[in-house]
Amino acid sequence: MTTPDPDGRSDAAVLLDARGERCPLPVIRLGRLARDLGPGALVRLLATDPAAASDVPAFCRMRGHELLSTTAWADSHVSTPTPSPVAPESPMATAYLVRVSATTGEAGR
Amino acid sequence: MSYDVVRAVLDATPGPLHPAARETLLAALDSGWADPRRLHREGRMARRLLDTARESVAAQLGVRPPEVSFLPGGSTALTEGLAGLRYAGRRRGARVVAGAVEHSAILVPSRALAAAAQDPGLLAEVPVDSRGCVDLSAWRQALTHPGTVVAALQAANQEVGARQPLTSALGAARARGVPLLVDATSSLGRDPVPTGYDVLVGDARSWGGPSGVGVLVVPERTRWRRPGAPSEVEHGRTDVEPVVALVLAAAEAWRQSAADLDEDQAARRLVDRIRATAGAIPDTEVVGDPLDRLPHVTTFSVLFADGEALVDELDRRGIAVASGSACTASTLEPSHVLRAMGVLTHGNVRVTLPLASTLPGGHAEREAAVDLLCRELPQVVADVRDRLGTAGL
Repeated sequence: MTTPDPDGRSDAAVLLDARGERCPLPVIRLGRLARDLGPGALVRLLATDPAAASDVPAFCRMRGHELLSTTAWADSHVSTPTPSPVAPESPMATAYLVRVSATTGEAGR
Repeated sequence: MSYDVVRAVLDATPGPLHPAARETLLAALDSGWADPRRLHREGRMARRLLDTARESVAAQLGVRPPEVSFLPGGSTALTEGLAGLRYAGRRRGARVVAGAVEHSAILVPSRALAAAAQDPGLLAEVPVDSRGCVDLSAWRQALTHPGTVVAALQAANQEVGARQPLTSALGAARARGVPLLVDATSSLGRDPVPTGYDVLVGDARSWGGPSGVGVLVVPERTRWRRPGAPSEVEHGRTDVEPVVALVLAAAEAWRQSAADLDEDQAARRLVDRIRATAGAIPDTEVVGDPLDRLPHVTTFSVLFADGEALVDELDRRGIAVASGSACTASTLEPSHVLRAMGVLTHGNVRVTLPLASTLPGGHAEREAAVDLLCRELPQVVADVRDRLGTAGL
């Protein structure tokens, strides 16, 4: 399910909760949402899948989206920088803030 | 293609045993079953066979027979080879420098030792670029830290085929007085034998030999000492007796496969074809350097597809491939190699060509196998994406 950012962040990112889902589902859902929202939209993807740590940046690179930040996402919704974006050891979620490419739907084709 | 392929075996890790090696194995099971340390006729026969195998492998490696030990597999030989260099340098420190895409048999024990010592600095994992090549300036930097007693680097990567800059890496290690272990477990029999190293490790599987034979080369000049109780097995470098028949089969496989002079160029042409086919599929990333690589290894990742479904669908169509995607591994972790390179880990397909000489139909059979893959792959990807509802996404 996608809902507007529930904790009232000023960045107005659309929240995409893919926690508990395994690869390639989080990236597929991110791809669908990016297509639906259109150029310039902000998406915050929450994922617990360890593969997302490399697949979200790779997907953004392939499709021309901009990965603005990768942060730890505690249940309290307080985010702190992760020590290493490629090796999350805990089941805690990671939040990926993505700005959809200006040429979404075309990039990488 | 004239060859009618029954199964397209494109995952040669291990691959089929070389047919001549299979015959050697069966014969040696009958004649070389005894303990080579025994003084009776049967024991002396086993000893003679083991010595013959050692001489043959040493000749392929360009080293002296006493410098070669047979261990129960490439992974074991890597872990033991590293441990011996580390132990020999224990008075100076315990720190290990290794490439981020090294074999798990190097990285996992080193991480465990660092964790046990509560000192993450005991292992430096040197980053690689998007082709899988180690960052030489980071490598040099990592070697400057005090207490560094061993460095480990692959000749080439087993998943993406990327060759490492061994000459420069060795020069940097020598400048710091740090011994270098070179992991050639994926390259022996496929690429030229590395010449600059302090310890060299191989695996008979890379040259069409059987599983269960690792090769540990410790040149006489190298300071290497096995931790733990002294052993008289294999020049004191293991306490597990090698299986004479397996070792003999391994030596025979290398002798046979080295005689096929067309192998390298033929494998390169086939891999080029696979790379071109995969690269033409939309949103598919062919990974690794197109030229500076092992002749027989390639991998690619398909966006919006899962590796497990690709492997299953190809298998159904008679094609055996591997994958580095998390869903195909026993853990939930994707391949550490793909991750370190920063490439897509889902939808991954890994191809490792068997040596042509190991197949009953030789080069023609292998070419037919690759033809089949190239013919089926675009439709397989389309089917998997259709099923996931990601076609045209």
